[in-house]
Amino acid sequence: MAKKKFVVGCYDDEAVLFSAVKKIRTAGYKIKDVYTPFPVHGLDHALGMRETSIHTAGFIYGITGTTTALSCMSWILASDWPLNIGGKPHFALPAWIPITFELTVLFAAVGMVYTFCYLCQLAPFVKKHHFHPRATDDLFVMVIECTEKTNTEDLQAFVKNAGAVEVNVQVAEEGWWFGRYDKNEMPFEQKIVAA
Amino acid sequence: MHLKYESQLREPLVNGKKTYHDVTEDIVRPIEAKPSKLWYIGFYIAVALLLFGIYSVYRDVTYGIGQWNLNKTVGWGWDITNFVWWVGIGHAGTLISAILLLFRQGWRTGVNRAAEAMTIFAVMCAGQFPIWHMGRVWMGFFVLPYPNTRGPLWVNFNSPLLWDVFAISTYFTVSLLFWYSGLLPDLATVRDRAKTKLRKYLYGVASFGWNGSTKHWQRHESLSLVLAGLSAPLVLSVHTIVSFDFATSVIPGWHTTIFPPYFVAGAIFSGFAMVQTLLLIVRKVFAMEDYITIGHIEAMNKVIVLTGSIVGCAYLTELFMAFYSQNKYEGYAFFYSRANFFSPYGWAYWGMMTCNVLSPQIFWFKKLRRNLFVTFFMSVIVNIGMWFERFVIIVTSIYRDYLPSSWTVYYSPSIWEIGFYVGTFGLFFTCFFLFAKYFPVIAIAEIKHVLKTSGESFKESVDNIEKQSAAEFAHEYAH
Repeated sequence: MAKKKFVVGCYDDEAVLFSAVKKIRTAGYKIKDVYTPFPVHGLDHALGMRETSIHTAGFIYGITGTTTALSCMSWILASDWPLNIGGKPHFALPAWIPITFELTVLFAAVGMVYTFCYLCQLAPFVKKHHFHPRATDDLFVMVIECTEKTNTEDLQAFVKNAGAVEVNVQVAEEGWWFGRYDKNEMPFEQKIVAA
Repeated sequence: MHLKYESQLREPLVNGKKTYHDVTEDIVRPIEAKPSKLWYIGFYIAVALLLFGIYSVYRDVTYGIGQWNLNKTVGWGWDITNFVWWVGIGHAGTLISAILLLFRQGWRTGVNRAAEAMTIFAVMCAGQFPIWHMGRVWMGFFVLPYPNTRGPLWVNFNSPLLWDVFAISTYFTVSLLFWYSGLLPDLATVRDRAKTKLRKYLYGVASFGWNGSTKHWQRHESLSLVLAGLSAPLVLSVHTIVSFDFATSVIPGWHTTIFPPYFVAGAIFSGFAMVQTLLLIVRKVFAMEDYITIGHIEAMNKVIVLTGSIVGCAYLTELFMAFYSQNKYEGYAFFYSRANFFSPYGWAYWGMMTCNVLSPQIFWFKKLRRNLFVTFFMSVIVNIGMWFERFVIIVTSIYRDYLPSSWTVYYSPSIWEIGFYVGTFGLFFTCFFLFAKYFPVIAIAEIKHVLKTSGESFKESVDNIEKQSAAEFAHEYAH
């Protein structure tokens, strides 16, 4: 991973944020992300993000659970070790519905949560650069990626004009690393892309 | 942007003119402050109960469950009663977080976090009972279907008791994941405000490096919605399967098809009562009156009176069916063992009727729904009633079987049975006290999400809209 230079603009009202996002995107700047203390509906579309497909993953995990449950139970009770339970059929599908349902839910839920953590790179001991500590409190923190050609002075003024209450420039690591939040360290300092 | 407008007829979900920062401050304050004396007293009492429970369980394992007063006919006594009772209590948390999310009920935001925590702790308590009831608990893993050298001798997938194993463990896992994934953003809030090194470190680990990215929120919302969609039928299935433990048997009083809906309604009923008990204490002790408003309490009381009445209908239906079927054994179970006040367990049946069916009817009155003392008192009464319900179902159906020589007039618990039950209270409250101290008891991000559309300050800002005529309103807001 590498460090990059970012212009950070902080907004304190989501209504202002929406118009700012629009202005900055039309001006041709690349918004890396907006960090918000709660889900702001419509912001993902305003930023031009595509819909997430995590629910599709959930469906696939779910049917995996269904198949696992049904195939295991039918193999076990009808083929591997058939038990005579009151002369009832060995292949007792209605009686297997509860467990099939539970395993469907279990697989879907566990699979989706792991997928979510993987996609968002969330895990214990994972650390990321946080552009503003109040991004989890009451500020909407917009982070704009700079290239060699970006004039940071101009961009800062532009972001400020769009209603930001606080603007600054930060050089930061983009990805995650193993670290602790009581220590300030940022690894991978070798090369700085786009100074 | 689309029009966000909520009628003023609805009470605000957040009282006081809060900003986003105020919300953070109010909810995180108890975590950052030193716990009060009351917290310590409560916590130590809970730990003491837990220790007594651990000792009782230790004796169950070393001496065997022969130290319980179970006898020839009553093989399921307090133990299974308590199991069903705790599982039922757990259901309210999932109902609030999942079903109310799907129904878009805004008021769930104030209470869902604590209710979900309650679910997890209640299911933990519930799980203890079937586990230690096994007696030879070191053989407990026999309930899992794994290839073994005994044949392989598999578990019986047609048995409701095995369905329970799958249902309860799935329910616990899914509830835990749902709860914790919802907690991540709030733990990150605590982390980013932390002043001490230790707190920064611990909440840093616990919050998984959450940073509030828009893409992450988008996935988080999708995840919550799907988990809610999965949990809603799950929670119904869990108590349905618990009721199958009884309903698929041929014991008079158990052998009824009405059990699944009746058990689910009862579970929601008792669960909401427990949520009331806990939240009334939490809002007082942590000064959360602005977030858990009287409106929230009233809404939950409405659920209590609804589900209580459903349970009442189920009781009457059972009695009617016992009469209508003209089955002698059914009639004996219902009209002698239960409804006859002078039979050995008649008091339990009428205690159940009074607590569950008659007393919640007071919540038809708005004044009483909005009265904190009445609500607290009723929440305890309902849970006593629901415990009686399970006791009645289990014990009155089996204390007199088909062989009169096996009959015992009275089954009463030994001190170690009571100790085990008391111990689960200890476990429950120890966990809840720790949760209340170290975790945000209200979902911070979700409150912020509804703040601008349902907070008190928003309600005032729409005053002008309220005064507009329909034509003016349409003119201004039509696109």
